Amino acid sequence: MRKILIATTAAMLAAGVSLVGASAAEKLKVGFIYIGPIGDLGWTYQHDLGRLAVVKEFGDKVETTYLENVSEGPDSERSIEQLARAGNKLIFTTSFGYMDPTLKVAKKYPNVHFEHATGYKRDKNVSTYSGRFYEGRYIQGIIAAKMSKAGVLGYVASFPIPEVISGINATMLGAQTINPNIKVKIIWANTWFDPGKEADAAKALLDQGADIIMQHTDSPAPMQIASERGKLAFGQDSEMIKFGPKSQLTSIIDNWGPYYIERVRAELEGTWKSEDFWGGLKTKMVVMAPYTNMPDDVKKLAMETEAAITEGKLHAFKCPVFAQDGKEVECKGGTHLDDGQILGMNFYVKGVDDKIPGK
Amino acid sequence: MHLVLERRTEQSRTIALVSPLIAIGLTLVTMSILVAILGTNPISALGVYFIDPLTDGYSLQEIAVKATPLVMIAIGLSLCYLANAWNIGAEGQFLIGAVAGSWLAVKTHGTDAGPWVLPAMLLLGAAGGALYSLIPAICKVRFAASEILTSLMLVYVADLVLDYLVRGPWRDPAGFNFPTTAAFDPVATVPVLIEAGRLHLGAVIALVVVAAGMVLLGKTIKGFEIRVVGAAPRAARFGGFNSNQLVLLTFAISGALAGLAGIIEVAGPVGNLRPGISPGYGFTAIIVAFLGRLNPVGILIAGLFLALTFIGGEQAQIAMKIPLDVTKVFQGILLFYVLACDSLILYRFRLIFASPKVSRGAA
Repeated sequence: MRKILIATTAAMLAAGVSLVGASAAEKLKVGFIYIGPIGDLGWTYQHDLGRLAVVKEFGDKVETTYLENVSEGPDSERSIEQLARAGNKLIFTTSFGYMDPTLKVAKKYPNVHFEHATGYKRDKNVSTYSGRFYEGRYIQGIIAAKMSKAGVLGYVASFPIPEVISGINATMLGAQTINPNIKVKIIWANTWFDPGKEADAAKALLDQGADIIMQHTDSPAPMQIASERGKLAFGQDSEMIKFGPKSQLTSIIDNWGPYYIERVRAELEGTWKSEDFWGGLKTKMVVMAPYTNMPDDVKKLAMETEAAITEGKLHAFKCPVFAQDGKEVECKGGTHLDDGQILGMNFYVKGVDDKIPGK
Repeated sequence: MHLVLERRTEQSRTIALVSPLIAIGLTLVTMSILVAILGTNPISALGVYFIDPLTDGYSLQEIAVKATPLVMIAIGLSLCYLANAWNIGAEGQFLIGAVAGSWLAVKTHGTDAGPWVLPAMLLLGAAGGALYSLIPAICKVRFAASEILTSLMLVYVADLVLDYLVRGPWRDPAGFNFPTTAAFDPVATVPVLIEAGRLHLGAVIALVVVAAGMVLLGKTIKGFEIRVVGAAPRAARFGGFNSNQLVLLTFAISGALAGLAGIIEVAGPVGNLRPGISPGYGFTAIIVAFLGRLNPVGILIAGLFLALTFIGGEQAQIAMKIPLDVTKVFQGILLFYVLACDSLILYRFRLIFASPKVSRGAA
């Protein structure tokens, strides 16, 4: 009943537009699907900050709706479709596992636009977007090598997907510019968000002699462990300084707000097109938290590196890049590896003493 | 002065039947209060929750899709519970069924295998679930190990087995190391009933399972044995019924149904094997079994009702901005009232003012 009512109203409004003009335009409905709770203080929290930025920017012109804690299984397709049916014209699906469900629903709703985070499949009405987090990792590698007394970094990793592997590699390439013999110990937590497991991994890494903790999982637990043990650490996804005021060196912050605002604006102006957006430090999709708990010279070096990457003078994967077995990796991007090589990265660089799980 | 629960000498059959309705009624009242506290009009919230999903074809389809695994698992569980065998591990049997059936889908992927693949997968799924459920059943019969604990613990084992397979040997080689198998071939996929819809053959299978459950319990001697063993174990022993054998049988049936539900879910709505294929179906089905009074038709209704709370909860999130947690609170409150109402059918409260001796005389 309600649906019919809404449909009729919409039809009447559409008919009326020619008479009364644009003032009768409806609010643009924008939907978001989240993998975690908005209070996870990590991945989902940052996406929700992006949503709130949209609300702040456009006020009455938009109406946002989100569904949180949507599992990547059979429920996600229904959840996405529910948002489309409820009249959302632009829908952000913010986890990799929503890729196929997003495409399936997009086929059924050709007039609705979809934005899928971190995926690689697109369609006429499906865009993809992600952050060049490896740029931040390179800076972290440099800081870590400067700050580590043991020369051993501890890395809490999630899944051996290209994004995580390129993060490990970028860290090592950055660290090797300071200390060619730097070591990294990796623990695969096999989860994105599980504070218990993440904490255990961080403890194990510290017990094995690492003195700097890095993480590619989403909770603040590793930071808290480092803080308890008086060690240094890097945050992930969000500003985590309050979990380790004496520990956090910096944090890679996912800053989705500007992108979400830009896409909503395109939708409002009718200029939305399907595209693949991969933003880094330059477009501020990746932002570094303030450099803290380090001497001034390290801070200066970090800021110089950040500036060089932002200006395009420095690339984390500048050629030559050597693989774990010592062979040089083909340099498809001219002076650095090209985006395809980074997006599909499935090898370690020289100096990583680990094996990619399942390979 | 204190309060005691006292067994009723006779129980009302009518009340036994309407007790779930009383429970639902009480749940609705509690929910209205909760929603009102959250600052939303309870009448319109309940409308979005329970009425809107029933008014359009799409939502009805989604309710059926969601209810399919719940009903299939709950039918199996009801047999166990009637026979006093407490299978809490349907979630694990669901996962192992999904794994067993997916094995064939993975092995035949990319070959031109014929239409025999899907039926074989369903059989493998049921067999896998049945064998897995026999582990706690045999432990109970042979070693008197608590099946509640063993079946529950095996859920986590199943979860990790699935996890290992999709991260290692069965991982999609073209999937950028993401932990899923390749998408199943069309011959390994459960067909949908309506073009471009999500309602699939599994819903029909669930109805067949309900009918089979009715026949088994109502018309066969085995069904009679199951009920007697549960209701009057001593009488069953005198009657020469082998309760151990019934434990094995009911566990195997419920495992098979959970496994079948698992492979149907994977080969149907999901489309490949991956972690997180079940949002707790095996546990929610326990609620469904009791809400349906361990009766096949009751379970069908209860399964549809619980599916309605999922779909309606989602629509309430969208339309009224009611948090997801309300849906979960709702299910918890519902189970609480169902169990509470059941207890009050069998027992009654008595306020005891003086010594217990006097009050017993009064009863």
